[in-house]
Amino acid sequence: MPLAVQFTQVSRTFGEVKAVDQVSIDIMDGEFFSMLGPSGSGKTTCLRLIAGFEQPDNGSIRIHGVEAAGVPPYQRDVNTVFQDYALFPHMNVRDNIAYGLKVKGVAKAERHARADEALAMVALAGYGARKPAQLSGGQRQRVALARALVNRPRVLLLDEPLGALDLKLREQMQGELKKLQRQLGITFIFVTHDQTEALSMSDRVAVFNRGRIEQVDTPRNLYMQPATTFVAEFVGTSNVVRGELAEQLNGSPAPFSIRPEHIRLGEQAADSHEVQVSGLLHDVQYQGSATRFELQLDSGQLLTVSQANDRWQAHAQTWQAGQRVQARWPREAMTALLETVLDEGR
Amino acid sequence: MGLRLAAWGGLLFLHFPILIIVLYAFNTEDAAFSFPPKGFTLKWFTVAFARPDVLEAIKLSLQVACLATLIALVLGTLASAALYRRSFFGKEGISLMLILPIALPGIITGIALLSAFKRLGIEPGLFTIVVGHATFCVVIVYNNVIARLRRTSQSLIEASMDLGADGWQTFRYIILPNLGSALLAGGMLAFALSFDEIIVTTFTAGHERTLPIWLLNQLSRPRDVPVTNVVAMLVMLVTMLPILGAYYLTRGGESVAGSGK
Amino acid sequence: MKARLANPGPLRRFANLLYRRPNLYLTLLLIPPLTWFGAIYLGSLLNLLWQGFYTFDDFTMAVTPDLTLGNFAALFNPSNFDIILRTLGMAVAVSLASAVLAFPIAYYMARYTSGKTKAFFYIAVMMPMWASYIVKTYAWTLLLAKGGVAQWFVQLLHLDGLLQALLTVPGIGGSTLSTSHLGRFMVFVYIWLPFMILPIQASLERLPPSLLQASADLGARPGQTFWQVTLPLSIPGIAAGSIFTFSLTLGDFIVPQLVGPPGYFIGSMVYAQQGAIGNMPMAAAFTLVPIVLIALYLSLVKRLGAFDAL
Repeated sequence: MPLAVQFTQVSRTFGEVKAVDQVSIDIMDGEFFSMLGPSGSGKTTCLRLIAGFEQPDNGSIRIHGVEAAGVPPYQRDVNTVFQDYALFPHMNVRDNIAYGLKVKGVAKAERHARADEALAMVALAGYGARKPAQLSGGQRQRVALARALVNRPRVLLLDEPLGALDLKLREQMQGELKKLQRQLGITFIFVTHDQTEALSMSDRVAVFNRGRIEQVDTPRNLYMQPATTFVAEFVGTSNVVRGELAEQLNGSPAPFSIRPEHIRLGEQAADSHEVQVSGLLHDVQYQGSATRFELQLDSGQLLTVSQANDRWQAHAQTWQAGQRVQARWPREAMTALLETVLDEGR
Repeated sequence: MGLRLAAWGGLLFLHFPILIIVLYAFNTEDAAFSFPPKGFTLKWFTVAFARPDVLEAIKLSLQVACLATLIALVLGTLASAALYRRSFFGKEGISLMLILPIALPGIITGIALLSAFKRLGIEPGLFTIVVGHATFCVVIVYNNVIARLRRTSQSLIEASMDLGADGWQTFRYIILPNLGSALLAGGMLAFALSFDEIIVTTFTAGHERTLPIWLLNQLSRPRDVPVTNVVAMLVMLVTMLPILGAYYLTRGGESVAGSGK
Repeated sequence: MKARLANPGPLRRFANLLYRRPNLYLTLLLIPPLTWFGAIYLGSLLNLLWQGFYTFDDFTMAVTPDLTLGNFAALFNPSNFDIILRTLGMAVAVSLASAVLAFPIAYYMARYTSGKTKAFFYIAVMMPMWASYIVKTYAWTLLLAKGGVAQWFVQLLHLDGLLQALLTVPGIGGSTLSTSHLGRFMVFVYIWLPFMILPIQASLERLPPSLLQASADLGARPGQTFWQVTLPLSIPGIAAGSIFTFSLTLGDFIVPQLVGPPGYFIGSMVYAQQGAIGNMPMAAAFTLVPIVLIALYLSLVKRLGAFDAL
């Protein structure tokens, strides 16, 4: 599969801060690729490096095989949907969308026709004459999308485009974006700090932490086989067990992760392929579809346990805070992790 | 309520002398400052506009204000474009230098320019007046434009470049339309400031007479009081109207206040 | 990167060059304003300062480029020092009076107006601020003239006696209102008052109402809230406004020339030295006085937070 974007040992420093630190990624053509991480982790800087708003201090970025160094944003075959949409306030919706065609010298009739086509694609046909200020947040977001797509870029960059929308609208747009990407077959590079969003939409996700990439993988692998303690804790909820207890339970002092929903509470004896522990229930939170328990093991380790309430007769009622219980999980459910090192002075 | 009375009283105090000027411009009497005025007439306007010295002064003031505004627009816009985002060594110094001509009393700018012109053997005249005015008008345009640039989201410029527009196209299609009213407001303020300026002009004008200088000469040896009154009202109008216009252009966030005089 | 860009025009090529060389771009932007200000303005200022060291011969009335500190020393002659003190005193008095007069207007604007009324007040303060300086001064010469509006009002209110009494007070009075220190003081206050109102109003505007409610909630009477909370927090605004009133009064030479008793101000001294007397070195030395005083004043009000309120 051809590469859409390739980072090789790319670094970008702002003053003392290493925003991007020796990052290498290969993004495939036609892929829905997400960059996930907390704020300040370098994901947005990576996006801006691809768009050409920033230049790397070190390393090389290739876009469809062509070295991007020194190529200004207006000569790159990528387009961006900005976090604040960045719609030009003095132009109406049609002129906003046609802007990219206009500066490339496309004739007026054609660019208006293509703009209207793009508006129809994002279900905003007939809104061409409005000013951005007259649109709702969701509509602006669609205009920003149409404005980027009308240029038929080979790579579309999306910088937390759903961040400003409310939950319902966000979920709807997630579905639509995914559908659009399949339809058009172009590479989407999607920056987000929302792990649910990244998992549900992407073909692959890169998890960023402090300017570095912790793991690049499919959503399923990311969740089931996190590579590092950071990924285990950032993507979903996880119990990370370290040190002596880890050695005792997993046979190795390396930290391991066990997901709350993979732990079973109960009195039955453990199978040979299972690990069994006992502890005191600290807290019981009823959450509807599941109940969450806070379990303190005899070693002092806290475990979060989640039990699905998937029977109409809720068995969660049988446990209460203060009760001693046994918990067990299959050995395969434990994933050994690399400790994410937080080196000082950064 | 006392406070309310004080506030409205304060406004009255600020506007009373201006009203007096308007009132006297229509006064029938021709030699006195006496109050209250005796009658209403428009004849002094006809007299004033028939006076060659008044017309000359108006012409010169308009020329100076237009040229100074033009220079201020160019230099102020360039300076604000250079200073609004990037930080570099000497940035603070440059912005201080731009403000200096209005922060320091006009007399300092005036005499400094005069002594420099003398040393270089430049005859005072239209050119020297314009140089002086442009120097203190730059900061007015600069303040207006940089405020607008700071309010203009950086992502608009990035979006334009992202969509394929180079620096020129981005300036032409995105930055200029967004700056338009700020430039107009800055230009109007600069025009008003230049039209009315007297302190620097006293030093740089030589034998030329701008309208304020003409007025000042009248005050020193009071003759032609009615004509003076008419010219005073005219100058007042020409300086106040652009201010009003600039206010409406920059309403919402940016203040023209504090840009000082 | 693309076929259609294979042969860019000269404009596009220049745009590319500027994009790749941001320092070149910055330099090109800065050259015109820096040339203007560096060469014309700073050059003139330095030239002026340098002239302060030249020698003026009292007999031949000629300036020679022999360097001397005499001009600066002469500033401390009793007659010159008097001028400095007189100007300084006026600047301080005008600043204080402006602050007292401006505060209620600014307070009312910030606390008791909103929407259209606030906009009206704002314009109503801004218009006189920007209205022609020379015309405002002229208006006051009309107001204060013998038989003018001021006298008419005084007679109307039967305050002639009080005015006469005021005019006999040394240091304030004079033979008539228009030739008295009092008259000059009034003109200065009038002209610079709007420069004081707007910064105070802005600083009061920034004062969160919850702060005043908190003070009241904690048991302070309105008067106590004013003295303990409102006034201290508006000090930066007052200080910012006083920069204008102080510096503008200090350098003025038109008002002292038209209104008030004879006797030089710093501004009129500079004007006279370079003009009628032709002693440019002394004029240059005198211009240093307001620069130094303003610099001292700025460092003083900076501590009061004036720069944050500008």
